[in-house]
Amino acid sequence: MITDLTGLTPELLREMYRRMVLVREFELRAIAERRIGLIPGFIHASIGQEASAVGVGMAMRPEDVFTSTHRGHGHLISKGGDVARMMAELAARATGYCGGRGGSLHIADFALGSLGANGIVAGGIPMAVGAALAFAMRGEERVAVSFFGDGAANQGAFHEALNLAGLWKLPVVFVCENNLYGEGTPQHKQAPLADLALRARSYAFPGVIVDGNDAPSVYRAASEALERARHGLGPTLLECKTYRWHGHYEGDPQVYKPTGEQQEWQARCPIVRLGAALVTAGVATEADLEAIREAVRAELDEAVAFARQSPQPQPDEALMGVYAETHGGKVF
Amino acid sequence: MRELTYSEAIREALAEEMARDPSVFLIGEDVGVFGGVFGVTQGLLDQFGEARVLDTPISESAIIGAALGAAMMGMRPVAEIMFGDFLPIAGDQIVNQLAKARYMSGGKANVPVTVRVTTGAPGSAAQQHSQSPEAWFMNVPGLKIVTPATPADAKGLLKSAIRGDDPVLFFEHKMLYAERGDVPPDPDFLVPFGEARLAREGAHITVVAIGGMLRHALRAADQLAEEGIQLEVIDPRTLVPFDLETVVRSIEKTGRLIIAHEAHKRCGAGAEIAALIAEEALDWLDAPIVRVAAKNVPIPYAPALEQYVLPSAEDIVAAAHKLALPLRIR
Ligand SMILES: Cc1ncc(C[n+]2csc(CCOP(=O)(O)OP(=O)(O)O)c2C)c(N)n1
Ligand SMILES: [Mg+2]
Repeated sequence: MITDLTGLTPELLREMYRRMVLVREFELRAIAERRIGLIPGFIHASIGQEASAVGVGMAMRPEDVFTSTHRGHGHLISKGGDVARMMAELAARATGYCGGRGGSLHIADFALGSLGANGIVAGGIPMAVGAALAFAMRGEERVAVSFFGDGAANQGAFHEALNLAGLWKLPVVFVCENNLYGEGTPQHKQAPLADLALRARSYAFPGVIVDGNDAPSVYRAASEALERARHGLGPTLLECKTYRWHGHYEGDPQVYKPTGEQQEWQARCPIVRLGAALVTAGVATEADLEAIREAVRAELDEAVAFARQSPQPQPDEALMGVYAETHGGKVF
Repeated sequence: MRELTYSEAIREALAEEMARDPSVFLIGEDVGVFGGVFGVTQGLLDQFGEARVLDTPISESAIIGAALGAAMMGMRPVAEIMFGDFLPIAGDQIVNQLAKARYMSGGKANVPVTVRVTTGAPGSAAQQHSQSPEAWFMNVPGLKIVTPATPADAKGLLKSAIRGDDPVLFFEHKMLYAERGDVPPDPDFLVPFGEARLAREGAHITVVAIGGMLRHALRAADQLAEEGIQLEVIDPRTLVPFDLETVVRSIEKTGRLIIAHEAHKRCGAGAEIAALIAEEALDWLDAPIVRVAAKNVPIPYAPALEQYVLPSAEDIVAAAHKLALPLRIR
């Protein structure tokens, strides 16, 4: 498989590589820290899928927004997420993105355009359509992106949201990260078609299939879809073909994966692949890449230290923030 | 008798009912190859095959609707919704279709649908995986609401649910799956709906403890017994239908009532139970009714916050102390 770097600047490519490494290392570190007790909740790792998150995230403009999923660390990092506040949220600290209230499943950063990860499969898709509706109503040149998995494409919410977006030609890009599994059930046992991008035809907008392990391909396809949306041409369904290397959650024994399948996909590691392409093209040397990896590890050491040193939230803080107005405490 | 876990008791009930009646089948997300996210249906695919253990797409609305349609055509489906938090995705199918099919068809529809669903907070699972939604559905006539708290009840109530002809929401508490207890081996062991179980006798305070709160109530009772305060602990086992008589009989003796559930306090099952007692047995009460329940905020992720929001054995002890004060005065 050849990685085509056409049209991407060396700076962008190196940053693409850095962000993919950051996603991978963030998750590996979180998994390790969870094992030794820093993180109380579940982790759904996106290891192996970094190219789809980073390819799309880097194609977005700062003013664009996105909805994310239970497997959402990469989505936020790809748009510039602060790994220290993410790690602190996973560690349930007051300094975390949501003050320790939400954990990995609910990280949101409105300043960076993240409307939130989500614990409900397909829960974020209609919301992205609503964000796009707001942009269209106000005539803003902004786009809403919705990340979701192959499993989510079988929810009513997916179909209702795509229909509405197609009908009203809203500025939204639907990014289906097809990693071949929804929890323990393979994609071919969840839908009678392998190419979920075909579903866009029912809603009268383009469905595009892209190699989800090739960040430059994802970047180009996402850029095109974002531009279409930005210029009033309506939605796109972008299907990124990829694979999840880890369990559905950390600790999942993965009895459902056929032998050999994972090895095959690991041989197509999106990070190794981009790194090799950068070296071949003379965009970076092996030493440059090692320096990037080194810097990422140092950044994560700091993130973990920040999380460790951060205070736990005060128990009675739990009562705050349910409503915008509390009517003198009467809402309780 | 032999000991089984709550999880094994449920699996045994499913296997026995599937063996007994070919119209019983399982339908849900990851119930087959994966064996259920909590491992409850492990082995049933091997035992009964793909035709009767149906792995579905992630489509809660279609799962419930398909179970309903199949039931109307004479099947006896056991649907699984992985987390109670996801029930609203199938909201219309549950509330407007399943619950009302018999009544609005003038009795033409038979609706033997069991919906197995998990409830309660497993710890740091946050807002969308920790809720206890039993009472959301108590306000919907047509549904029976079952909350087993022991392995024996899990088995006996599930078998009653499957054999019965009404839609049942069967709430399995996630923290109970590993609990062990004696379970009768009789394949016709059934626990009838609407019969509460006296889990512990005591003279001073009645505690109605629902689902996952039973074990906390029993722990509180042990602790309070050392101070000479006796709790009488009642497990209602089913919230709809509700065995009011057993609770009233207990209050006639104790004059005091605590209701404990993991659901939020506002409009939780305790609100209905308290209202029933106010209507039927106010004269017997010597003190205000106390509800021990989750605070009225979403369940947070951080352990420090979550423990503050969720009800505990210590909260039951504190409630009992509050009620015991007039006892000592007397
Ligand atoms: C409405 C709903 N149903 C079921 C679940 C349980 N669940 C969480 S993730 C998941 C699989 C999702 O598969 P997919 O959309 O392909 O995303 P992936 O996990 O592969 O990233 C399931 C079934 C859920 N969280 N929400
Ligand atoms: Mg998937």
